[in-house]
Amino acid sequence: MDERIILRNTDDPLNASIAGYMAHGGYKALEQAVGELTPRDIIDEIKSSGLRGRGGAGFPTGMKWQFASLDPKFPKYLVCNADEGEPGTFKDRPILEHNPHLLIEGMIISAYALQSTRGYIYLRGEYPHAKRVLERAIEEALASGYLGNDILSKHFRFNLTVHSGAGAYICGEETALLDSLEGRRGLPRLKPPFPVNSGLWGKPTIVNNVETFANIPYIVSQGAKAYASIGVKDCPGPKLFSVSGRVNKPGVYELPMGISLREIIYTHCGGIKGGGSLKGVIPGGISTPIIAPENIDCPMDFVHLPKYGSMLGSGAVMVFDDTVCIVRVYERAMKFFEHESCGKCTPCREGTAWMRAILGRIERGDASERDLETLQDVAENVTGKTFCPLGDGAAGVLLAAMKTYREEFEYHIKNKRCKVQ
Amino acid sequence: MPQVTTERLKILRGKIYELMELYPSYQAALLPSFFVAEEIFGFISPEAIGEISNVTGVPAAEIRGVASFYAMYKTKPMGRHIIQLCTNVSCMIEGAYDLVEYLKEKYGLTPGGTTPDGRFSLVIMECIGACGTAPAMILDTDSYENLTKDRLDTLLESYK
Ligand SMILES: Cc1cc2nc3c(=O)[nH]c(=O)nc-3n(C[C@H](O)[C@H](O)[C@H](O)COP(=O)(O)O)c2cc1C
Ligand code: SF4
Repeated sequence: MDERIILRNTDDPLNASIAGYMAHGGYKALEQAVGELTPRDIIDEIKSSGLRGRGGAGFPTGMKWQFASLDPKFPKYLVCNADEGEPGTFKDRPILEHNPHLLIEGMIISAYALQSTRGYIYLRGEYPHAKRVLERAIEEALASGYLGNDILSKHFRFNLTVHSGAGAYICGEETALLDSLEGRRGLPRLKPPFPVNSGLWGKPTIVNNVETFANIPYIVSQGAKAYASIGVKDCPGPKLFSVSGRVNKPGVYELPMGISLREIIYTHCGGIKGGGSLKGVIPGGISTPIIAPENIDCPMDFVHLPKYGSMLGSGAVMVFDDTVCIVRVYERAMKFFEHESCGKCTPCREGTAWMRAILGRIERGDASERDLETLQDVAENVTGKTFCPLGDGAAGVLLAAMKTYREEFEYHIKNKRCKVQ
Repeated sequence: MPQVTTERLKILRGKIYELMELYPSYQAALLPSFFVAEEIFGFISPEAIGEISNVTGVPAAEIRGVASFYAMYKTKPMGRHIIQLCTNVSCMIEGAYDLVEYLKEKYGLTPGGTTPDGRFSLVIMECIGACGTAPAMILDTDSYENLTKDRLDTLLESYK
């Protein structure tokens, strides 16, 4: 018996088809929801489960749903954020490719609870296989009467479309995503108004991450209490961690919220590759500050990581050993931020380019002592001055790395070469 | 590169009308229309932009502005096969830049460039969500992971 909730039965290749999914008990939660519960009941259940969004910010899902449900405007749109662009993150991919009906069932239940009739899955363009799987799954669900204009003969209608992104990281930010879905350049919008009141085409819009939706069927069928018994207080449930870098067994792991980083690396991922020593870990994707080896007993959840100066983000754990040059990592990371900056605000558009240029000099061994000060100065001046969290994150993660690994930056400047090679 | 013919433009037009049904605004059909244009013409050709503009009512200048925002759209003619190689952090520490070097040596391919015979184009990607099986690439529409020089070589041989 597969104990997992989100990745349940993903080892069974048939699970991606509706017949296989139903053979494992799939769509029972939807039938139960539509047959026995009112939309209000479901929103209350999600609220008391304590579920927090898995896209990065950890916002309470029940609260978001309530805001949207209280807005009288119609229609309401339901959007699944499947942009998964945060470097290091590949945790939504197994759901999309091997458990598509779990996502779809979660979205249909959510649509029923929110009285939404139209949904979109904004899927990153880099997942062509997931697109084929999802489109087939949607067709199967339509043919079985779980989607369409008269779902389960209850006069409840919901239609779902996969909308492909095209390689812009910023479109994972929910308001940029909405602009992109409307057929524009993906630039973040000013908030408020929040999408729950004014989202797609000015209508109430609920945006949730893939993994968030994948939790819904379990909460509805097993109840908020059972759900809240997993994980930690204030941050319950199972969490997907995508682990990459210098570990023996990288991959996606479903583990309870609050598990320690040490357990993830040493118990589940088989420790450091090649017997090297641990140099640092990025706990939640490249936009979250790096954690030094002495802090790896930190619990991995939205509540505890900030106490260690970092964030859970997308749960993308990137492990570096002593063969990895931290300067090179952050030069590459800054190249990413520069490339992905949408250009809307100056501190981010210009700041990421300058930080990347200085980091490049340090990495190549062309930098002077003053460059380090300038770098620090630029980063500090970007912090807190950007329109959306992308620019802020770019500066923040660099400052954290320069603090913990300052000596490595200085070594590059003094010796005109890397300490690692 | 497939030629621009009235027949092909008609196919594009039909698809755009189908796509417009899926959204409450015509403009929302732009992004999916670009993919269709690429499928038909190999890239988002000026004629395709004209057609998309005619059908959706969105000015051509705005269409070009939207298309150029997104890294994956082919706004100029490309090779027959597109190597989309990730060099972001997890792929980098597993040797992605060695592969970039190798493509340059063996095929004369540089990032953003195309081989003289028009067989391959190389695009450097930001994270493609294959970090646990790095280094990785998407070749046309298929993902390949745990790449080595040898494996890359064998794979490319099968794309003529
Ligand atoms: C720069 C940036 C990129 C983001 N990328 C993603 C993403 O790829 N996937 C995602 O689900 N959320 C992403 N988010 C978070 C979304 O803005 C939003 O909080 C989330 O989709 C809400 O869903 P949730 O409540 O279920 O987490 C990103 C945020 C920022 C600022
Ligand atoms: S911080 Fe960067 S990505 Fe965000 S709005 Fe400003 S320029 Fe765009």
